[in-house]
Amino acid sequence: MSLLQTRSLRAFYGDFQALFDIDVTVEEGDTIAVIGANGAGKTTFLRAIAGALPCADDMVIFDGQPIGGRTAHEIVRLGIAMVPEGRRLFPSLTVEENLLLGAHSGRTGAWTLARVYELFPMLADHRGRPATLLSGGQQQMTAIGRALMSNPRLLLCDELSLGLAPVVIRDIYARLSTITNEGMTLIIVEQDINRALDASARFYCFLEGRVALTAQSHGFDRTAITSAYFGV
Amino acid sequence: MNAVQIVIQGALLGGLYALFAIGLSLSFGIMRLVNIAHGDLIVLSAYVGLMVINATGMHPIASLVVVMPVMFCLGYLLQRGLLNQTLSGGLLPPLLVTFGLSVIIENVLLEAFGADNRRLQAGALETQSIAVGGIAIGVYPLIVFATAVAAIAGLQLLFYRTALGRAFRATSDDAETAELMGIDNRHLYGLGLAIAMIFTALAGVLMAIRTNFDPAAGPIRLIFAFEAVIIGGLGSLWGTLLGGMVLGIAQAIGAALSPTWQILAGHIAFLIILIVRPSGFFPRTRD
Repeated sequence: MSLLQTRSLRAFYGDFQALFDIDVTVEEGDTIAVIGANGAGKTTFLRAIAGALPCADDMVIFDGQPIGGRTAHEIVRLGIAMVPEGRRLFPSLTVEENLLLGAHSGRTGAWTLARVYELFPMLADHRGRPATLLSGGQQQMTAIGRALMSNPRLLLCDELSLGLAPVVIRDIYARLSTITNEGMTLIIVEQDINRALDASARFYCFLEGRVALTAQSHGFDRTAITSAYFGV
Repeated sequence: MNAVQIVIQGALLGGLYALFAIGLSLSFGIMRLVNIAHGDLIVLSAYVGLMVINATGMHPIASLVVVMPVMFCLGYLLQRGLLNQTLSGGLLPPLLVTFGLSVIIENVLLEAFGADNRRLQAGALETQSIAVGGIAIGVYPLIVFATAVAAIAGLQLLFYRTALGRAFRATSDDAETAELMGIDNRHLYGLGLAIAMIFTALAGVLMAIRTNFDPAAGPIRLIFAFEAVIIGGLGSLWGTLLGGMVLGIAQAIGAALSPTWQILAGHIAFLIILIVRPSGFFPRTRD
């Protein structure tokens, strides 16, 4: 049984339909990438899975359960965590408080404060500082750590590379592979196609709210991706 | 009456004003809710105290054991049943709904208790004083002030040392992301108003021992609370205590000049501070 399945997922912002019949399947332990241009619906897709956008119950199936109609805080409790676009750390909280807040759902497991500091040692040095005073890369690490603190079965990562230097992006993806090597299931949304394909087993290319192309990430013809990406 | 005595009395009165302001400050800080009914909820607490005392013969201070939990529950139900529904549409809906609530509370109290002035009798406690270096300080105002200091210190601990306080701060920063981290905002907001109402209950009963109250006594308390919060700076509880003290001292000086000047002097002090320091002494909130 797949860990996550979306069936004809449709999502709306008011009257505006942002997603049209999206079918995505994620097997436990896999990493899949969602790529696409600005406004293709990538973030909307993650938000719908995380419960931040309402959709019909059976449009999202997690571990055999229909969860489309659940609220965001209930979905965290089931084991889906989000690293939101732009990191969205809490400015009045310190680094450590941001991490502890990630554990609010009360799910226990391998991820503890000590484990997160082991994965990102530089966060331990800044644990008492307000989170938004850190560098962009460190903030992204805090956001990933915060999501891990809920001990998720599925981690949603929205534009991890946004606004970061290439060397920092490489570092963050290297640590992400440590996480996936332990069996974590990941959905990553990326604008950087090469980065996304390298990190994933399968990719879905979105175009104007629909899946334009999906295939195995490795050894796939890049020109076909480019045409699906731009819709030409 | 000498100048030092006037200032001390005013400063102690500021403790009561800070208590008025805590509930208002909490609901704005956590829920971004400007609660126009706050003054009426203070007066409602005093009437709940009156009912408890009439029914049991308790001392007013002891009645808090009942009044605080009652107001806590009322706060939770009010937030979950009514005010949560107003929060998604910007600042105006909560203003209108709490304004309506204010009218309803005043009229229900008028219907139930009549327009008579009431007061809670605390016996000898009301008149006792201690002499410090030739200055007489009332025991009761001192207790009220100490209560305000303890209340703020307690809240400070709650906000910076507990998981609940962390959740309150996170939700206040970014409610949507807090929800994505597993916080149930509707429940948290319920707890927010419930905790605010504990301090509202405290303020209402302590006020009712000190001064007369009637069903229409709420709005002026709301104004004092607003002034204390604004003078102190939005989001800072210690600032609110200072704001209450500034207001109390200004009123005491005004009253010493002429009894008719008491309230006006407080408002004038508030306006002057608004001109000199528009964001108050210790502004915290960024937006």
